Amino acid sequence: MTTKAFQKIYTKIDNITKATVSLRATGVGNDELATVGGHLAQVVKIMGDQVTLQVFEGTEGISTDAEVVFHGVPPTLKVGDGLAGRFFNAYGEPLEGGAPVEGEEREIGGPTVNPFRRRQPSELIATGIAGIDLNNTIVSGQKIPFFADPDQPYNQVMANVALRAKADKIILGGMGMTNDDFLYFKNLFENAGVLDRIVCFVNTTENPPVERLLVPDMALTAAEYFAADKGEKVLVLLTDMTLYADALAIVSNRMDQIPSKDSMPGSLYSDLAKIYEKAVQLPSGGSITIIAVTTLSGGDITHAIPDNTGYITEGQLFLRNDTDTGKVIVDPFRSLSRLKQLVIGKKTREDHPQVMNAAVRLYSDAAGAKTKLENGFDLSDYDERALAFAKEYSDKLLSIDVNIDITEMLDTAWALFAKYFKKSEVTIKSELVEKYWK
Amino acid sequence: MKTTGKVQGIISNIVIVRTEGAVSQNEICYITVGGVKLMAEVIKVTGKDAYVQVFDSTRGLKIGTEVEFEGHMLEATLAPGIISRNYDGLQNDLERMESLFIERGTKTDPIDYEKLWDYKPLAKVGDIVTAGDWLGEVQELWVAHKIMVPFTMEESYTIKSLAEAGEYNVNKVVAVLTDSKGEDHEVTMVQRWPVKKAIKAYTAKPRPSRIMETGVRAIDTFNPIADGGTGFIPGPFGAGKTVLQHAISKQAEADLIIMVACGERANEVVEIFAEFPHLDDPRTGHKLMERTTIICNTSNMPVAAREASVYTGMTIAEYYRAMGLKVLLLADSTSRWAQALREMSNRLEELPGQDAFPMDLSSIISSFYARAGLVHLRSGATGSVTFLGTVSPAGGNLKEPVTESTKKAARCFYALSQQRADSKRYPAIDPLDSYSKYLEYPEIVDYLDEHIEEGWVKSVMEGKTLVRRGKEAAEQINILGDDGVPVEYHEMFWKSELVDFVILQQDAFDDIDANCPIDRQKYMFDFVMEVCRKQYGFAEFEDCSAFFKNLINLFKQLNYTVWKSEEFAKYESEIRALVATK
Ligand SMILES: Nc1ncnc2c1ncn2[C@@H]1O[C@H](COP(=O)(O)OP(=O)(O)O)[C@@H](O)[C@H]1O
Ligand SMILES: [Mg+2]
Repeated sequence: MTTKAFQKIYTKIDNITKATVSLRATGVGNDELATVGGHLAQVVKIMGDQVTLQVFEGTEGISTDAEVVFHGVPPTLKVGDGLAGRFFNAYGEPLEGGAPVEGEEREIGGPTVNPFRRRQPSELIATGIAGIDLNNTIVSGQKIPFFADPDQPYNQVMANVALRAKADKIILGGMGMTNDDFLYFKNLFENAGVLDRIVCFVNTTENPPVERLLVPDMALTAAEYFAADKGEKVLVLLTDMTLYADALAIVSNRMDQIPSKDSMPGSLYSDLAKIYEKAVQLPSGGSITIIAVTTLSGGDITHAIPDNTGYITEGQLFLRNDTDTGKVIVDPFRSLSRLKQLVIGKKTREDHPQVMNAAVRLYSDAAGAKTKLENGFDLSDYDERALAFAKEYSDKLLSIDVNIDITEMLDTAWALFAKYFKKSEVTIKSELVEKYWK
Repeated sequence: MKTTGKVQGIISNIVIVRTEGAVSQNEICYITVGGVKLMAEVIKVTGKDAYVQVFDSTRGLKIGTEVEFEGHMLEATLAPGIISRNYDGLQNDLERMESLFIERGTKTDPIDYEKLWDYKPLAKVGDIVTAGDWLGEVQELWVAHKIMVPFTMEESYTIKSLAEAGEYNVNKVVAVLTDSKGEDHEVTMVQRWPVKKAIKAYTAKPRPSRIMETGVRAIDTFNPIADGGTGFIPGPFGAGKTVLQHAISKQAEADLIIMVACGERANEVVEIFAEFPHLDDPRTGHKLMERTTIICNTSNMPVAAREASVYTGMTIAEYYRAMGLKVLLLADSTSRWAQALREMSNRLEELPGQDAFPMDLSSIISSFYARAGLVHLRSGATGSVTFLGTVSPAGGNLKEPVTESTKKAARCFYALSQQRADSKRYPAIDPLDSYSKYLEYPEIVDYLDEHIEEGWVKSVMEGKTLVRRGKEAAEQINILGDDGVPVEYHEMFWKSELVDFVILQQDAFDDIDANCPIDRQKYMFDFVMEVCRKQYGFAEFEDCSAFFKNLINLFKQLNYTVWKSEEFAKYESEIRALVATK
């Protein structure tokens, strides 16, 4: 960051905490950026002439006579077509050198789309993964996270989804990403030959955690440029939002705010909603779809981070290990796509809603049978069949390594029904049974 | 002279203003930044410092910025032309905002000041009138919109003159009223009212004495909400709060629906924008949008305006109630409003209560719910505001401050259970935990006996007992195994499943099943109870489950079939034949 000639330089810091410094200064605007001893910081509180700055990299080594220069503007990103194919840090500065992007400088975290100007999402995104396309169909303009324990291959699944999604642009916001994962994404995009459609903003584990707070807004400012200005279909990948929330907690705790549940700030819901609600279907045809990752601790979805997320997003895709098949599956019980109603049976074959429900119902019968077995009771013939069905259903449809189109998913489900059940046991409208029974 | 002040401190959307002159609690002020005026509300005063919450982003705001106080609280504009508008939490008309993004400081008129209304007087010169009395009326869509003595006029007045029938815009002086000191007051078709105060232009607020039909069986049959009553729907995410509220908004037997989308998803409001203008109101044949008004502060809109949104909604509801209308107010979700209060309270560094919510949360919630109710108006007419809010408990745990405070304030409790939602038993209203206090009101019991049938409430209680017994039986079966319990336990369990599948479960996405009118509810419930009252005495538990599975399947077909149609009769006789075999 360069300092402009007329800018006043302050050299007397009064207070330093782990994340903030405060000093006397005048003419400072709320939210504006500053440089403190060469480190980027942002105004978070002003009381009379006392200004408090949050230093993104932390305050380690900052001395009371460090130079403080105010930039007069909040964080911005230069938007232009030159963003495509580039990798940036959390501040929007190109990684690995390269020329800065030419274009209009926009404040990040900008205003909200007027709800009245939005359009209802209606375009199906096919991912090839039946746990998503069949049971939890997603549409463009939706916001949906993967809920997964840290040992799940969530980044791989997300990357697969991204590559199959037919988006005009894929924008990756990496927060607290290991360098290995970052390189994984990079290589994958390179090998798939889609680098020209990618924009990345990354904060890796090697960068200070507080910097992460800028990543979603950077990614979404770029997304809004392509979606609203260019009318493109943009897919935004945010991983890992749990680490983003952790950074929020660090800052609010250091600023002595009263924590609410699970040491998270009381504003967590609003903070997350501001990000996720950027997902939108625009009247021009442009759209922003957000697929995120929220890592869980021991599958606990009642923790404040997944809990608040679930209240904001349009469903969640829950990954878990299936002990029967040894594969990772999209859990049909705990996953939900709230927008699937808009497309299933309308943009997909007529039997989709009924087949989806019937399969999940039969799968849950198998879960009941399993409990019976565990409690030492005898299994009925139906129970046995349900268990056998569940295993094959898990293997052929729920598993994340499936990659087929939706019609094939439906046909597969019908084949499984016929293999294990009688027509009367699947409780599907009889006209559909007559038409599709294998 | 307006009081002015200067910005002295900024903490996110809380701004501290050093004032010169008097300010009052909840007074509105404007802060000018970057050429636009940001609206704010005083929420605390200490000495010369007013703490104001800004209904917009404070980005770029500087110390020393001028602030101008308005001398009044946050007000709603009340006039013809509100119905079917789409407002933000501060009653700006979203439809009139031209740009794609809502730029900071954007304001739009809540009503059309140019539009001409066909006005006719209702009162006579010389009449003695007080606040809320009807002076005249205009036709607003299909509603006879009363032009009233403004609620802010607190004494008795004599009507000095009245405008003749004719076409006027809302700013027309339609009456001149003389007060006791002989001073004249002009009345137009527009009045303003501070949203945080209840409108009390009525003579009495009796206990509710009739129910409001919602078309949802689990509510109307099992736990009805009263016309003028209150209720709330707590439930973890994905349990079906919004779907249930949307169903009620489409079907409820109310004159007007005010929907407050409070801190939730924008796409859910878009659904209403997209659907309601095309859907018919089953009762009047008008379009649904012609009875609906939306107040929308979605989760990404300014937090402080979230609180305003529920009050704006309530004020509009009270305004139409004073015209003798039945208004249903829905808010999704009141937890977001409570969270907004928490954010402010934390920034003010107030002493926190449980889970860091403000200490007075409970009283704030209960005074809000207290604004609902049935009222007698001076004209002899009655009007009502029925309020139904959703609550989003953290982690789905109902032992949290918002749920607990609301439970004290609301008379109906519709607990959505995660387990029911997981097994797709929608609506996921837990039949055992949920309640309606109105079933304990003798006047409601009498009403139901008279309007549905003699002994209805008793029969409903019998149905509830059946569900409870069924659950107990299921627990025994789970512990002891299918063979370990007498067959009667299976019969008990399966009877409760029958009630669950046929009465409690209802498919909100099926054209026929979605809306079940009360006479059909009576028919179905009586039929199911008749089947359940019979003792079958199965020899084997397998026979029992096979019999009831079959029965449930047939009964479900009934629910999906047009009532009293030939097909309906066919399924009904199949059921009767099946029951007769045992
Ligand atoms: N009555 C119902 N019938 C069928 N599906 C329902 C019903 N209620 C809820 N659902 C399903 O559950 C999902 C979540 O419901 P929603 O009302 O949005 O939950 P909440 O508001 O409690 O988070 C819906 O998208 C729908 O798939
Ligand atoms: Mg909801």
